[in-house]
Amino acid sequence: MRLRIAQDVSALPTWGFSTRSTPWWGTIAFFAIEGTAFALAIGTYVYLYTVNAEWPLDAPPPNHWPGTLMTLVLLASIWPNHWINRVAHAQALRKVQIGLVIMSAVGLLTLAIRAFEFAHLNVGWDQNAYGSILWVILGLHATHLITDVGDTLVLTALMFTRHARPRRFSDVTDNAFYWYFVVLSWLPLYFLINWVPRL
Amino acid sequence: MTAVTAQPDRRDSDLAEAELAGALTMIWRTPAGFYGWLTTVDHKAIARRYLVTAFIFLFLAGLLAVAMRIQLSGPERKLIGPDLYNQIFTMHGSTMMFLFAVPGVQAIGIYLVPLMVGTRNITFPRLIAFSYWLYLFGGVFLWISFALDIGPDIGWFAYVPLSGPQFSPGKRADTWAQMITFTEVASMAVAAGTIATAFKQRAPGMTLDRIPVFVWSMVVTSFLVLFAMPAVMFASSTLIMDRLIGTHFYNPAEGGDAILWQHLFWFFGHPEVYIIFLPGTGIVSAIVVAFARRPLIGYLPVVVSLIATGFLSFGLWVHHMFVTGLPQLGAALFTANSMLIAVPSGVQIFCWLATLWEGKPVFRTPLLFVLGFIVIFVIGGLTGVMVASVPLDTQVHDTYFVVAHLHYVLIGGAVFPLLGGIYYWFPKLTGRRMSERMGIWNFWLAFVGFNLAFFPMHILGFMGMPRRVYTYQPEMGWENLNLAATAGALLLFISFLVFLINVLWTLRAGEMAGDNPWDAGTLEWATSSPPPPYNFSYIPVVMHREPLWASRNELPAVGGLSVRRREVLITDVAEAQPQVREASPGPSIWPLLSAIAVTILFIWSIFSPWGVVWGAIPVAAALIGWFWPKDTPEDEE
Repeated sequence: MRLRIAQDVSALPTWGFSTRSTPWWGTIAFFAIEGTAFALAIGTYVYLYTVNAEWPLDAPPPNHWPGTLMTLVLLASIWPNHWINRVAHAQALRKVQIGLVIMSAVGLLTLAIRAFEFAHLNVGWDQNAYGSILWVILGLHATHLITDVGDTLVLTALMFTRHARPRRFSDVTDNAFYWYFVVLSWLPLYFLINWVPRL
Repeated sequence: MTAVTAQPDRRDSDLAEAELAGALTMIWRTPAGFYGWLTTVDHKAIARRYLVTAFIFLFLAGLLAVAMRIQLSGPERKLIGPDLYNQIFTMHGSTMMFLFAVPGVQAIGIYLVPLMVGTRNITFPRLIAFSYWLYLFGGVFLWISFALDIGPDIGWFAYVPLSGPQFSPGKRADTWAQMITFTEVASMAVAAGTIATAFKQRAPGMTLDRIPVFVWSMVVTSFLVLFAMPAVMFASSTLIMDRLIGTHFYNPAEGGDAILWQHLFWFFGHPEVYIIFLPGTGIVSAIVVAFARRPLIGYLPVVVSLIATGFLSFGLWVHHMFVTGLPQLGAALFTANSMLIAVPSGVQIFCWLATLWEGKPVFRTPLLFVLGFIVIFVIGGLTGVMVASVPLDTQVHDTYFVVAHLHYVLIGGAVFPLLGGIYYWFPKLTGRRMSERMGIWNFWLAFVGFNLAFFPMHILGFMGMPRRVYTYQPEMGWENLNLAATAGALLLFISFLVFLINVLWTLRAGEMAGDNPWDAGTLEWATSSPPPPYNFSYIPVVMHREPLWASRNELPAVGGLSVRRREVLITDVAEAQPQVREASPGPSIWPLLSAIAVTILFIWSIFSPWGVVWGAIPVAAALIGWFWPKDTPEDEE
C-alpha cells in the first residue's frame, strides 16, 4: 500500500494544554478509577450503616475540628490553585515557581492536619466495622494527598532546573487539575466521617 | 530550547522513501541486546509478551482442568485429595480469569488498537510496559505460591467467612487477594492507554463513525475496567486488612457483614464477564467483515449495542446472589436487567448473521471459530436467561449447571473468538500464515471436545451434582456423564496441543503472508507483516470505514512529523482533526524498576503492614526516576 502525502502537519505545535495533551487524559482515567474507589468506600460505609441498628458502633463521633480545619484549608487552596493554573497557561515561569512553592506548603500543611484527623477519630480500626471503614476512608483520601503533595514537590523542584521547558507548563496545569479532584472528593467524605455519626 | 534550534528539525516529508524508513527505524527501534529487551516500549513487543504469557497461563490452568476432570471421571477416585482439589479449582478459575482471559484480550488490544487507528505507538507506552511486568510478577507470585503448597483454596471469588482470618489461617487467601491487586493495577493501566490511544491518536479523518468495531469494543471494555476493577481491589484490600491488622469489614460479631463481600466482588465480577466477552465480539466483527467480503451490516446498532452492554453490565451483579435472601423487589429488578442485556447481544448476533447472509463468506479457520462462537455463545446466553429467573436459579445454584453455563459463555464468548483472532492476525504478528489444515483440525476438535465436555454438565446440574466437590459416590448415578465430560475435556486439550503445534510449525516453516493476506479493509493491513517499529512511514488519512477497500493501491497520508525524535499525531476526539505533534516516550528501564519496587511492596504487605510504609520509599524513588526528564530529544520541548 503506497502512502501519498495529502496534508501537512509540520506547522502544528509540539505540545498543548488540557484535552490536547495525553497526560490530561491519563489524569481523567485516574479520576475515573479513584472516583470509583471513593464511591465504593462511601457505599460500604452506607451499607454498614444500614445493617447495624446503632451508629456509630460503641464509639463517640469523631472530633470534627481537625476535619473542619482541613475542609477550610482545602477550600481556600482552590484560590492559589486556580492562580497557578492561569499563570501556567500564560507560561510565566517565575509566577509558576512561586505558585508551586505555595501549593507545596499547602500540601504539607494538609498532611499535618490529616495526622490530627486520624488522632481524633475516637475509634480504632480494629475496634469494630465502623472504625474500620472510617480509617479506610480517611486513609484512602490521605493516599491521594500524599501522592499529590509528592507530585507537587517533585514538579516544584523540576521547575527550578533547566528542565523547566514550555511543555512542563502543561504538566503544572495537570497537577493543579488533580488537586481539584483531591479537594472535591474530600467534601462528601468530610460530611460522612464527621456529621453522619451525629445524625 | 537551545538543543532544538541547534540541530535541524527534519521532517518525514523532507526524505525519500528508503531514507525515511532508515531514519524512522533509527528513532523508533528497540535497542539491541538483553538490556534493550528489558526497556522496550514498542506496543507490539509488549503485546507479544502479554500474549505469550497469557497463553502459558492458559495451558497451565488447562492442565489443572484436565487433572480435575480425570479425578471426576469416575466415583471415588483417589488421584487428588480434597485439600489439593480446593487449591486446583481455585488456581484454575483465578488463572483463567485474571491471568489469561483479561490480559489475553487486552494484549490483542495493545497490539491492534494503535495499528487500527493508524498511529506509531500506544499512548503512555511506558505505563503499558510497567503493566506487563506487574502482571508477570503477579502471575508468577501466584504460581510459585501454589508450587509451595500455599496456593489459594477458597474459590476464584473467595467468599468470606471462608476466606477470612477465622477459617483460612496461613497465607493462602492472601496470595489470592494480592494477585488480584497485581493484575488489576496492570489491567487499569492498559485500559487508560487504550482509551487515550483511541480517543486522541486516531489518524486524521477517522471520525467516530469510522472507528473499527474492534477498537470500539476495546474502548468500551477499557471503561468497564476503569469502573469495575476498583471494586475487586477494594474488596481484596479490605480482606487483607481483616486478615492482617484486625479490621472487621466482614466480621458480623463486630458490625461487619459477609454479604458485603459478595456485593463488592460481583460489582466487579459481573462486568468482568463483559470485559472478557466484549473484545471477543470486536474480534468477531472484524473477522465477519473480512470473510463475508462486505462491510458490516448495522455498524451503528453494533456500536450502540457494545455501549449499551457496557452500561447494563453494571446492573446485573445481584443475580449472582439470588440465594442470599434479598428483598423480592430488588431480585425482580436484577432479573429484568439480566434478561434485558440479552437484547444488545442479540442485536450484534443478528447483524453478523445478516452480514454473512448478504456477503460471500469464505470459510477459512478464523470464520470457523466465529461460527463456533455463535453456536456456543447462543446456548450459553440462553442458559443465562434461564438462571436470570430466581426460582430456577435457586434450584441450580452451586451445581454443575452453573459450571456448564459459565464455560459456554466464557469459552464460547471469549476463547473461540480469541483463537479465531489469533488465526486471523497471526500473519500480521509474524509475517506467516498458520496452517489451514491444522486449523480445521484445531477447530473441530475444540468444538466437539468443548460440547462433549460441558453439555453433560447441564444435566449433571439438574441431577443435583454440586460444583467444587472432589469426588462423588457411585450410587449417585453421575459417572457416565462425568466420564463423557472427561473425554470431552481431553479432546479439548488435544485441540490446544494442535494449536500449539500449528503456532510452532508456522513460526518455522509457515507460508509467507504478505501485507494483507485476507484482503481485509482496516489500517493494520496497510503496513508490512510484521509492521516496522514505527508502524507506518506516514500517518494515513482515513476517508472510509474500510480504508483499504475504498482505495486499493494508495492511501492519502499526512507529512510533517519529526524524524529526529519519536512523535505521534494528536487529533481531536470527535472529528480526528490534527491538533498537536506530541513527543512519544522512548525505551526506559524505569517501568521495570518501578514494577519491581511495587512487587516488593505488594508481597511485603501480605506479611506486615509496615511493608506498605517502608515499601513505598523505593516505589516513590522509582517513580521520580521515571518522571524526571532525561535530555532525550523527546524531553526537549
